[in-house]
Amino acid sequence: MSVDTATVAAQTREAAPRKRRRSKGSGDWFAVIATFVVVVGGWEAVVRIADISAIVLPPPSLIAVKLYDGIVYGTFLPNLGYTLTETVLGFAIAAVLGITLGALVAEIRWVRRAIYPYIVAFQTVPKIALAPLLVIWFGFGMTSKVIVAVTVAFFPVIVNTIEGLQNTDHQRIDMIRAMGAGRFETFRRVKLPSALPYIFAGLDAAIVLSLLGAVVGEFMGSRAGLGNQILIFNSVLDIAGSFAVLILLSVIGFLLHLILVMVQKRVVFWTQVHAVSSGA
Amino acid sequence: MRVVSTDPSQLDRSGDDRLISIRGATLAYPTASGEPVQALNPIDLDVAKEAFVSLVGPSGCGKSTLLKILAGLLRQSEGEVTLSGTPLTGPSPHVGVVFQQPVLLPWLTILNNVLLPIRVQKRDVDQYRERARQLLSMVGLDGFESRYPSELSGGMQQRVGIVRALVPDPEILLMDEPFGALDALTREQLNDDLQTIWAEQRKTIFFITHSIPEAVYLSDRVLVMSERPGRIVGDFTVGLPRRRTLDDVATPAFAELTSQIRHLLNAKGGID
Repeated sequence: MSVDTATVAAQTREAAPRKRRRSKGSGDWFAVIATFVVVVGGWEAVVRIADISAIVLPPPSLIAVKLYDGIVYGTFLPNLGYTLTETVLGFAIAAVLGITLGALVAEIRWVRRAIYPYIVAFQTVPKIALAPLLVIWFGFGMTSKVIVAVTVAFFPVIVNTIEGLQNTDHQRIDMIRAMGAGRFETFRRVKLPSALPYIFAGLDAAIVLSLLGAVVGEFMGSRAGLGNQILIFNSVLDIAGSFAVLILLSVIGFLLHLILVMVQKRVVFWTQVHAVSSGA
Repeated sequence: MRVVSTDPSQLDRSGDDRLISIRGATLAYPTASGEPVQALNPIDLDVAKEAFVSLVGPSGCGKSTLLKILAGLLRQSEGEVTLSGTPLTGPSPHVGVVFQQPVLLPWLTILNNVLLPIRVQKRDVDQYRERARQLLSMVGLDGFESRYPSELSGGMQQRVGIVRALVPDPEILLMDEPFGALDALTREQLNDDLQTIWAEQRKTIFFITHSIPEAVYLSDRVLVMSERPGRIVGDFTVGLPRRRTLDDVATPAFAELTSQIRHLLNAKGGID
C-alpha cells in the first residue's frame, strides 16, 4: 500500500445542472449484489469442499458469526470507539493544519518559497514508515496514533488547498479587485470558496488515510483499538476474528467517506467533484 | 443630422465636463527575453460626463488593456490617467466594470451577487438592497433574487453582471465586449436594455465591442483603435437622435457612418 498522496485532482463542473440523474439504476444494484453473492458463496463453497483450515482461510459464515459476537458480546465497540476517536482527531488536526498552511503557502510569497519545495519533496516520502518512530517518541497511548494519522492525512489536504487556491479563475479575481477588494477580501470572497471543491477532494482522501494511520499506529504498539484487536486475534491464530475486524474497519472507512460526501454536497452545492485518485 | 469624423490630433477638447482624461498613457509588458512588449502606444483621450463612448479595433489591439487601466487593474507604464481631475492609482468605487463573461459567483444568489460590491466596499448593505431589487426589475429579472446563477441563461447572467456594476451607483461604467458571447437576438435585447440604463441612470459608459453597428447604435462617439500596439486612429461623433430603435439601423446615415468606420479599420489593419 503506497501512502503517496500525490495529487487528488478535483475536476469541477460548475455549470452542471443542479438536479442530477441518479447514476445507479436498479439494474446496477442487482449486478452489485449478484457479484457479492457469487464471490462470498464461492468462497464458502471452496473452503468447505476443499476442507481448508480456518487458520488459513476461514469461511464467510464463520467471519459473520465472529463479527456478530465481537460486536454484541466482545470488545469490538469500545475498540471501535478508541480507533474512531484517533481517526477523527487526526483528521480534524490534519484538516485545520492543511488548510491553514495551504492558504499561507498559496497567498504569501515568502512562505511559498520557504516551504513549498519541502512539501513537494515530502509528498513522495512514505509517511506511514514514520509510524514506529512516532510511537517511540509519543508513547503507546492515543497521542502517537493521532500523530501518525495527522502525518498521513495532512498532505492531501495541503496539496489540494494550494492547488485549488492557485487555480482560481482569473476573471473572478479581476472582477472583485475591480470593486476595490484587497487581498484578504479577494481571498475570503473569491479564492477560498473557489478552492472548496479541491479542498473537499483532499479532505475525502484525508479521512480514509487518517483511519489507516490510526490502525497502523496501533499495530506499532498500543493497548486498545481495532488495530490492537487484529494483533490479538493474529497472535492466537483467530483469522476469522481478524477478518471480522477488517470488515468493521472497511464499513467505518466507507461511512466516514459517505459523511464527508454528504457535507460536501451541502457546502459545495454549486459544483460536482470527482476525486480522481484517493492517493492511498 | 451631424455625422462628423474628426482628426485624432484635435481630440484635446478642454472643458469642465471631462470625466475621464488620459494623457500619453502607454503600456509595456516585461517579457522573459528582456525586451518589453509594447501593448499600447501613447493614448490621449477625454471622455465627457454622461457620454456613451465606444471603442472598436482589431483583436489584440489593446482595447481591453486600455479598459483594464481605466478599471485600475493595470497601471500604465507612462502618462497619466485622471478621473474628475484625480489621478487614478487603483480600482475606484466610482467605476463599475462589466466583463465579457458575466463572472458571477455560483455560490451566491443573484441578489447577493449584485450586492457583492457593496459588501466589498464595506457599505451598508441594507441601504442598497432596495436599489438592487429595482435594478434587477429594470432588466426584467424580478423574482430571480434568490435563484443561483446556474439557473439563469447566458443573457440573464450578463444582465445580472450589468446590475452588479450599477448597484454601487458608479459614475462610470466600463464594458468589455459585454455582449460578445451572446446570440444575436439576446444581444439586440440587451442593447435596448443598455440604452434604457444609460438614459435612466445617466452613466458615463466606455464600451468596447467588436461590432461596428453595435458601437454606432449605442454611442455618442465611436473611437477606432489600430493594431497592436494600439493607438486611437479615429474618433467619430454619432449624431443620430435618441432614443434609437432597430429602424435607425436601416437609415442611410447609419450605413454611411458604419462604412466610414469599417474603411478606417480596414486601412489600419482590419477587424476580424
